[in-house]
Parts: sequence; C-alpha cells; structure tokens
Amino acid sequence: MGKKLTARKAPEQKIGSLVAILCIIALYIFLFCLDNVLPASNGNVQMLITVLKKGAIYALVCVSMNLLNGFTGLFSLGQAGFMLIGAYAYAIFAIPADQHSAVYQYFDGGAIQFSIPEVLGNVLGKNGGAFLGALICIIIAGCVAAIFAALIGIPVLRLKSDYLAIATLGFAEIIRAVFQWNGLGKITNGSNLLRKYTNFNDIQIQVGGTIFKLGTIFPFFIATLSILIIVLLVTSSYGRAFKSIRDDEVAAEAMGVNLFKHKMLSFVISSFFAGVGGALLAMFQTTVQAAPFRSSMTYEILLMVVIGGIGSITGSVIASFLYISASEWWLRFLDSGGVTLFHTHFNIPFFRDGFRKVVFSVVIMVIVLFFSRGIMGDKELSFAGMIRRLRGKKAVPAAEGEEDAQ
Amino acid sequence: MSEKRHVLQVENATMQFGGVVAVNNLTMEVNEGEIVALIGPNGAGKTTAFNVITGVYQPTNGRVSFYEKPMVCNHPRGKMEKLYKGQNPKMYVHEHTLAPTPDHITKLGIARTFQNIRLWKSMTVFENVIIAKHMRAKHNIFSSTFRVSRKEEIRMREETEALLREQGLWRVKDDLATSLPYGLQRRLEIARALATDPKLLLLDEPAAGMNPQETLELASFIHDIRDKYKLTILLIEHHMDLVMNISDRIYVLDFGSLIAHGIPSEIQANQHVIDAYLGVVEDE
Repeated sequence: MGKKLTARKAPEQKIGSLVAILCIIALYIFLFCLDNVLPASNGNVQMLITVLKKGAIYALVCVSMNLLNGFTGLFSLGQAGFMLIGAYAYAIFAIPADQHSAVYQYFDGGAIQFSIPEVLGNVLGKNGGAFLGALICIIIAGCVAAIFAALIGIPVLRLKSDYLAIATLGFAEIIRAVFQWNGLGKITNGSNLLRKYTNFNDIQIQVGGTIFKLGTIFPFFIATLSILIIVLLVTSSYGRAFKSIRDDEVAAEAMGVNLFKHKMLSFVISSFFAGVGGALLAMFQTTVQAAPFRSSMTYEILLMVVIGGIGSITGSVIASFLYISASEWWLRFLDSGGVTLFHTHFNIPFFRDGFRKVVFSVVIMVIVLFFSRGIMGDKELSFAGMIRRLRGKKAVPAAEGEEDAQ
Repeated sequence: MSEKRHVLQVENATMQFGGVVAVNNLTMEVNEGEIVALIGPNGAGKTTAFNVITGVYQPTNGRVSFYEKPMVCNHPRGKMEKLYKGQNPKMYVHEHTLAPTPDHITKLGIARTFQNIRLWKSMTVFENVIIAKHMRAKHNIFSSTFRVSRKEEIRMREETEALLREQGLWRVKDDLATSLPYGLQRRLEIARALATDPKLLLLDEPAAGMNPQETLELASFIHDIRDKYKLTILLIEHHMDLVMNISDRIYVLDFGSLIAHGIPSEIQANQHVIDAYLGVVEDE
C-alpha cells in the first residue's frame, strides 16, 4: 500500500514537470538573449524588457496576495503597505555609503552609513557584491515586512471578512503616512526620494572581458523562486489546512486546525513575499517614494488576482503578465492621438491621453462578465493536465504540476 | 458499568445568551465505551450543549471534565454577574477559568460532526480526511513546505487511505466532497472526525435526512465504529427508533433543562418525556 503511494506520480505528471522545467530553461535563455544579444536601442525590445520585469514583479505580488485571499480566505487589502515596507527596507540597506550625503541631503546624510552590496563588494568584487548584496537586502526586506505583519496580525486577524479588509487597508495607509513623516527622516528620508541604490542594471557578470547583463533574469529568478516556495507551501499539509480555513472556519477549528496560528502563518508569509515584491519594485523603479504605494496599488493587484482566478497560482501569474502588457504596452497607442496603419497615419480625435484607461476598464468589465471566476477559476494550468486532455482522458482538477510565467 | 471511567462529565453547565438560558444547569456523564443519546424537542438546547462541550461556546457557568480532568470551567463574570438567571452562580468562582478553543479540545480527543453537514466544499474526499490528520502530524511549516518531513506526509496518506477503505469511501476519494450523495456525505463527516483519533465522538443528528433503510444501517455502523476504534459516543438524534435501539443511556432536555435520564425503557415510560414531546393539555 505504501509503495504504491510513494511512487504514485502518473506518467503525465512526470512528462508535465519535465516540459515545465524545459519551458522555464527556455524562458531564461530567451531573457538572457533579450538582455545581451538583441539590440537594446530597439523600442520594442526595450518595451518587452520593461513589461517582463514589471510582470514578473507583479506576478510574485499577486501570488502572495492569492495565498492570503485565495487560499486562506482572508480578505486583506494591506499588500501595498507591505510592499512599501519592503521597498524601503531594501533601498535603505542598498544605498552606497558615499551617496548618503547626496540622498539624505536634508537629514545630515541619514542614520545608516553602510551598504550591504558595497560591504560584500569589498570581498567578492563589484558584481558579486551587487548580486549577493541585492539578494540579502531583498531577504531583509521580506523579513521586515513579515515582522510588521506579525505585529499587526495579532489584533487584526481576530476580525473577519470585510472588517479585516478595512483594518489592513487602514494599516497600509498609516504606514504610508508614517514613512513620509520627517521625524523618521534619518531613515526614510521623509517624503523625499531614496535613490542611487543597487538596481537591476547593476546585476551583471563578467566572463573574461565581456560583461553579461542579468537585469531581466534577476527579477524572474527571485519571482520563480518565491512562487515555487508558495506552490510548495500550498500543496503541503499546511496549505491544505489553509484551504480548510477558507472553506469552512468552524469545521476547520473543530478538526483541530488552530485558526489563529494558521491565519498568522499565512499572513506573515504572504507579507514576506509582498515585501520581496516591494524590494524588486524598488529595484525596477530605481527610486523609492512612499506616495505611489496607495490603496489603488492594492486594488490593481487585487484586480489581477480576480482576473486570474482567486485560488489559482498560474491564473495570477498569467493575469499579471497580461495586465501589465495591456496597460503598459498593447493599449499605449490609444493615448497617442491616432493609429498608423499601412504607412498612413489616421488621426482619431478621441485617441488622446486617458483614453487607454477607458478602453482598459471596458476590457476588464468584459473579462469579469464572461469569466466571472477569473481566467483559471480555482484550477491550475499544468502541462500534465494538458497532456491528459490531449489524450482525451478526463482532466483531474487542481493537478500538482504548475507552469511558471506565460 | 460502574467501575468504568467517566470519559465526559458535564457539571452544572449553564449557557446563557443575554437573557435567554439555552442550557440550564445540565449535569450529565458519559462512561467509557458507552453510547449515550441526548434527545429533546426542537430548540431544547442539545446542539448548544454540544457546542459547550466542544469549546465553540464558553459556558456561562459550570464545568466540563474529560477523563476526570477539568477541561472547560467558568462562572458568571462581568456583565453576566448581574444578568445570570441560572443556578449555582458561586459554585465555580474559586476554580480556574478554562476556555480552550475547539482545536485544543479536538486535540485532547473529542471529535464531532455537525447537524448541517460542514464538509470542505472545494476539496476532495481524500483531502477532507487528510486535513483532519494535520493536527497530530509531527511537522512544522518549514519541514512541511520543503518536504523534509516527507515520511510524515506518507504516513498521513497511508492512514487516510486505510480509513477511507474501511469506511467504504476509497472509490470516491477523488470526488469533490459536496458531489457525494447525502448519506455518503454524512459518512464522510464521521470518517473525518475519526481521522482526528478521538476517544469521544459527538454525533449531531447523524440520521437527519436519511430514509428508514439508511437509518437502520447507521445503527449497526455506529456500533461497529464504537467497537473498532474503542470509542465512546454521545449523539443527538430525533429518530426515536434509532435512539432506543442503540443507546445505553439517554438524557432528555426540554427548554434547556434536563427532564429525565436513564436507560431506553425507562425513558419510554417517563411521563415528563411524553409530555415534552406530545405537549401537555394545560399548555394551551
């Protein structure tokens, strides 16, 4: 009986995971080419790089929100707040020492006078220091966000549904206000920008005399790793306990699931990855300021989660790439005053600034109307499932294998 | 029977919601290996009594002991001090207040089913049962996530498989719990409760919605699991045939108070019970 269970993986599943791994490798090779082989001056290549970077970051943040909202059933709207904490924690520890006087010009050079990438750079060389330093700063960012989550989780997680949403939303707004407060200026630089810290462009390796840029691979690497950890968590015994809380809290408690402990775990882990996402966003933007981390950012993330399907990790990933591509790239022409078709420019009067947002809203409404449970519902897109479907067998819902990115 | 240990003792338990006394000074005990029934007309406070025992509610007054160790204990406090309408308000003042959450009580060894089936809707039969194993597994979130405690997971899967096979649910293991026919859902709920390795099983109307044939099967099923898993069973039921057939002893509640207890033949002959169920003329 036991043997059968341990070697239970169906052949489709094996092939499926193999295909998934190959796809991820292919994706990474493509990303490497994008950074190093294709001409960087090409506008489309630049746009693709931007969209992919931002998409990967949002995919991570969406999955972290899905862990909380979709898998544990806790309707929390604090994501932007935890991203803000992560972004600041990252930036503060990654600003080079000699730049402090410039960045913290109104606060006597700030309180923290060292930079982790620089300290490591002294030992490992500039590139190694930047990579490992960024990695450590990202982990610190996640941990700081997680600590904040643990602290506010104690009072807030006693609340249910809408009340929890309001409390977490309030927390995010308070955090934004506090980080802009001049009293903390020596650390947060008040309402001024944090800048000059290690960003994606600093992540590179030198082989012989040539320098290879890894600026696009890096966010994908962090996002893939984080999403993989979340997938492992969700498919573990704890993940099942989270789902039982989502489905029926009373029954979960009666079957021995400690509600507070499990809600807290989910909240802290989700916030950790939101913090990591915030750190990546800080790297992407090259400057950090508290002002843009509004509740509208949380709603944007929530929208992606809903479009992708609440309770589907692959859905969140797909939705975030689609959303970012559409809003940053595909619908750009709607703001440009007209369209160019067959080398002729058509002036269309209502194609001007802001029209993109109108069309975008309509597209979202259409999606929500026709896919009321999101693109994926609560199912996962997996190669194993596809193979099964191709063979004509009945597809088993929620197969274990997962396809990452795109 | 008398030398057997008390599995459950409920002493002077009163549950008062605002001004409404749902359970009034309930005292009952369940001995090891017994099947005890709690009956009464609708709204008599049976499910409230269950909720007090399983920690869903903290009683306003009274004590519940499990294997002769106090598990739940409370006395009227705060606002309830003035509002309290029950008996013996000072009895437990000098004892420690104990208010474990339902998961702690389940961990001690009391499992329950629900009157209106509460299975986890989006999950399969297999998942529904294996989650109940989560509580007793020796793992933490890191070892579980990073598959360090794989042995533990395999053990959980094996135990779940064994339990599902015993309960005749193995062939539907991959079906969604809510897609099962009603009778099987009831059975799954019992299987899920058994998965927590209980010593005492509380069944809240296990025969609700069952036809006479299914009810008959249920009676032998309850006997079987009692013997097989060395359980003690406390059940709430409305089917009098079933109750009289399987219970060793019966407690009868009416308007929150205990009106009778004894062996089935005594209860059948008890005038208070007949009045409670059929109504008394002077009530008009």
